Amino acid sequence: MEVFITLIQAAVSFGTVIMFGAVGEILTEKSGNLNLGVPGTMYMGGIASLASSFFYERACQSAGVAPSPVLLVVIPMVCAFLAAALGGLIYSFLTVTLRTNQNVTGLTLTIFGAGLANFFGGSLNMLAGGVGQISVAATSEVYRAGVFSFMPLPESVMKLLFNYGFLTYLAVAAGIALHIFLNKTGKGLNLRAVGENPATADAAGISVTKNKYLATCVGAGVTGLGGLYYVMDYVKGTWANDGTIENLGWLAVALVIFATWKPIRSIWGSYLFGVLFWAYLMFASGLTRRSQELFNMLPYVITIIVLIIVSLRKKKEDQPPSSLGLAYFREDR
Amino acid sequence: MIRIHKRPFMPLWQRILVRAAAIIAALVINGLIIYSLTKMNPLKVYETMFTGVFGSERRIWNSIRELMLLLCIGVGLAPAFKMKFWNIGAEGQILLGGLASAACMLYMNSLPNALLLFIMFVASLIAGGAWGFVPAVAKAKLGANETLFTLMMNYIAIHLTAFFVTFWENSYGSGIVGTINADTMKGWFPPLFGMAYGMNVLIVLLLVVLVFCYLRYTKQGYEIAVVGGSESTAKYAGISVPRVTVRTVTLSGAICGVAGFIAVAGQGHTISVSTAGGRGFVAIIVAWLAKFNTFVMMLIAFLLVFLEQGAKEIASRFNINDDLSKMIMGVILFFILGSEFFINYRLSAGKTEQA
Repeated sequence: MEVFITLIQAAVSFGTVIMFGAVGEILTEKSGNLNLGVPGTMYMGGIASLASSFFYERACQSAGVAPSPVLLVVIPMVCAFLAAALGGLIYSFLTVTLRTNQNVTGLTLTIFGAGLANFFGGSLNMLAGGVGQISVAATSEVYRAGVFSFMPLPESVMKLLFNYGFLTYLAVAAGIALHIFLNKTGKGLNLRAVGENPATADAAGISVTKNKYLATCVGAGVTGLGGLYYVMDYVKGTWANDGTIENLGWLAVALVIFATWKPIRSIWGSYLFGVLFWAYLMFASGLTRRSQELFNMLPYVITIIVLIIVSLRKKKEDQPPSSLGLAYFREDR
Repeated sequence: MIRIHKRPFMPLWQRILVRAAAIIAALVINGLIIYSLTKMNPLKVYETMFTGVFGSERRIWNSIRELMLLLCIGVGLAPAFKMKFWNIGAEGQILLGGLASAACMLYMNSLPNALLLFIMFVASLIAGGAWGFVPAVAKAKLGANETLFTLMMNYIAIHLTAFFVTFWENSYGSGIVGTINADTMKGWFPPLFGMAYGMNVLIVLLLVVLVFCYLRYTKQGYEIAVVGGSESTAKYAGISVPRVTVRTVTLSGAICGVAGFIAVAGQGHTISVSTAGGRGFVAIIVAWLAKFNTFVMMLIAFLLVFLEQGAKEIASRFNINDDLSKMIMGVILFFILGSEFFINYRLSAGKTEQA
């Protein structure tokens, strides 16, 4: 039981990072933009949250006042969202306005974002002095505080469901909100039209450019919250230049396919990925580092299997948006 | 209101001018970024970078070695990308080639060196090719999205490498393989004409020429161009699209596998999950910007390697993080990508008629 609870907690924590990434990327891809810059935007969100909270905590310390819990939450969150959205803006400007190739631009964004974040992350580690390890403990504590921990339930139930920081629930809420937006609102329908057939959408008076810009920037911002969660909760307010965010970012891209572009599926899919990734904990006693590596392969193998099944079944509602990856030029119509 | 027209053709000198302007603009911005971090005169920045790249014989060779590896991957990607097959799985293909090479080095180290190197070469071709073959078949037979498939293959390769590293790790528990055959130097590239990295240069330049000719002058190269241009045209012309897809992508993966061979036999003499080190992604951009012309790739790869090595020099001199080089590379690539717009389109002021 103890091991099971540990596994679920690890899986939820892992899943939340990629859930933000996948929800943001689904929104982006629904506009027809295949943004392979997910790891880059996640990195940008992560470093912005770390840097802003570091400077806020330090300012409070030198002024001799206790940091306000509200600001501890709001400052890094806004910074993460905006920094990542800025990445989305660069991507949109290049692909929509300057009509560059989406794949190449996305990959460049990933290189740029990773370089930027690791550069400043490494520099912050130095700036923090001492053992060379930055820590925004106060901020991280607020982020990790269980929002539902007041509930009078048995301990194991609490540990499984209600002891997580608020971002965990926000990720699920974002997924549900995106589902409602895409399927129940007129604006969502417009966005899907842009992703499926921009020429038709354009003829119907929907602004293709505006929709693509907005969806990509907001989508990138949501992805950036994945970086925020990673820094504040997953690694507890620290930073290491070890490339984990990049791996998680690519896994978020995989999750979008696994979920066949459906936000609700991405919610349980992300937890499933988490369980698969940490599954070896269940057999921890009988496992060596060797078999761990093989276990860690599972999420990717399963994504490939899903990709093959989806291609085999050719079900209409499981397909990617028709114009995904293609630029739209009105003059070419 | 600004109107955008497609430009039918731009003379070569203008195209060069646009790209040069983009690079200069990016260099200015990068200079400003570095200035704000180091307070170093922006002109001095590039002087420092220059010494970092060309400052000594050892540095020149390090830069050449990096250049050759990046170029090799770019050359490998060219056939697949020319066919509009988005092979972003070079990382995995490099790793598999590297794994195969390392396995040969470890288990066949009693063979004569020349034979061993040949076996390693063939093994890396097969391993890298297999890593391209799988997604190619999925694409050709089922229409599975290759961008995502090859991406997943990267991670399987990474974990597979980590798995084998635990078998081969030198000093138990260290998690690294260490230099393979450090005492016998079996499976290492021998110096060629007295140059330590002569073999790297020779193999890669041969590939540059071969792939250039393959794409431009052979029937198969022509088929690749037709499939890349339009699949329906290809079908109409009697070209089997699935066959060309599988053949081309397997070839592409095989050359990337050779890059892994070079990285192991001619450079690191070890294998780790970071043997590919993101080069597979950078090479995509190299191949794309060069429009799959392997000679133009040399120029672009040179520019990127110059920036990377130069930025590392600045980073070490100012004791700052050398991820600076990736950030700078990102900025310059944004500019070069964006500049394509001004080559392909013409802007003119004037009123647009309402659609």
